[in-house]
Amino acid sequence: MMESLGQAVLLVGTLDREVAAIALLSLRVSLTAVFLGCLVGVPLGAFLGVTRFPGRGVVVAVLNAFMGLPAVVVGLLVYLLLSRSGPLGGLGLLFTPGAMIVAQTLLVTPLIAALVRQIVEDADRELGEQLRSLRLGSWRRAFVLVFDTRFSLVVATLAAFGRAVSEVGAVLVVGGNIAGFTRTMTTAISLETQKGDLPLALALGLVLIGIVLAVNGLASTVRAAAMRAYG
Amino acid sequence: MAVTPIVISGLVFRRGGRAVLDGLTASIAATGITAIVGPNGAGKSVTLRILDGLLQPDAGEVRFGRGAGADVRRALVFQRPALIRASVEANVALGLAAAGSGLGRAARRERIAAALHRVGLGDRARDPARKLSGGEQQRLALARALVGGPDLLLLDEPTANLDPGATEAIEELVRGEAAAGTKVILVSHNLGQVARLADDLLVLDRGRAVEHGPAQAVLQAPRTAEARAYLKGELPWTAFAAA
Ligand SMILES: Nc1ncnc2c1ncn2[C@@H]1O[C@H](COP(=O)(O)OP(=O)(O)O)[C@@H](O)[C@H]1O
Ligand SMILES: [Mg+2]
Repeated sequence: MMESLGQAVLLVGTLDREVAAIALLSLRVSLTAVFLGCLVGVPLGAFLGVTRFPGRGVVVAVLNAFMGLPAVVVGLLVYLLLSRSGPLGGLGLLFTPGAMIVAQTLLVTPLIAALVRQIVEDADRELGEQLRSLRLGSWRRAFVLVFDTRFSLVVATLAAFGRAVSEVGAVLVVGGNIAGFTRTMTTAISLETQKGDLPLALALGLVLIGIVLAVNGLASTVRAAAMRAYG
Repeated sequence: MAVTPIVISGLVFRRGGRAVLDGLTASIAATGITAIVGPNGAGKSVTLRILDGLLQPDAGEVRFGRGAGADVRRALVFQRPALIRASVEANVALGLAAAGSGLGRAARRERIAAALHRVGLGDRARDPARKLSGGEQQRLALARALVGGPDLLLLDEPTANLDPGATEAIEELVRGEAAAGTKVILVSHNLGQVARLADDLLVLDRGRAVEHGPAQAVLQAPRTAEARAYLKGELPWTAFAAA
């Protein structure tokens, strides 16, 4: 155990090529998914946060339920969509990083939308009436409240990134864990653990934990500083 | 357009099986400062929200001259200034988002600077709005309300949280704005303030207008029992608060 840990630290410390490549692919896939998830999730969540319409409660409930979507089931659905006989099979995405991005985007978009909806709705309770009195339409109110809550939204976005980068089910099912191509930190960890290559698994585990901790540390620091500056 | 007399007739506003406004009727002059007083829950804030257009009455109507008010530019300042986490000038710019849609960039900047200057925040344009003191925040809220050039300025207890110095600054601004032709309707529990500012005074009680007349006359010799009860209850408190 201690021996494996020592080798793991050595692998990380020497920036082992394989470890680095796997970590970079994980980052690329998850960051792209979070970026795409924000493009849809932030406007959707913000709009839901400032509007009231019949059926909104159902939409919000569905969104909240989708936050807890099992990653492996999302992977399965994307697999069915992208498999050769599936409706999007012609794209040839299955077992590529693109497929992993699609799956993780589907995973994080509801999460981002639901968190943004909650944050913006809370801000709307405080500021919404004033903004309506200033005759701002729904989209404009949504935009202003997204701006007002930007520091909290960064934290929500990072929560989504944490979910994406640390999940294993979806990327495994649609990516296939192909060495040097679709092998991410999480799929490699589970494979190497089964194979008994504990130093590599541990090294990747350390990198993964490091990334998650660093991102969260950075987030809370930025947020605290921003809140101090803007009140 | 300038505000023509505001005619409030038979306003009813029901919430939770209760009539918050219960046939409120009043005719309000086109100029000057009209104060609204009354016990908590009398419906003062709801009345201001209806005048602003934020709430729709269940019955009755408000008429501005012959129209329903679509062409009357209105601005509402709340008791607690609702400011976004952005600079002072960005908050004022919100007041132009809809009202100043026809303005170019330079004209906007000019209007914003002028509004800030007017409320004495000319040198604070870049500061974070939420870092201002309570009195400065309320003056900022006033600048945001004024930047669009409202015909009708609605103020809901704008000095309730402020110290005497900050209160005086707000009163001075309101007086100047009314003198420049903006119609002001002010809700206040501060009867000293009402005496200092108001031309006429409307006393609300349980969703109805129980008395309406020249401010000094109503303050000194209220004719109805409800107005007497309210004014008597508030006066010692006001004297205490001012001490
Ligand atoms: N939008 C609303 N929905 C439900 N109840 C409301 C609403 N606005 C005001 N009320 C109720 O109406 C009553 C009068 O409110 P308000 O006009 O705020 O009184 P005040 O004269 O103290 O300003 C209160 O009991 C309040 O709870
Ligand atoms: Mg009130």
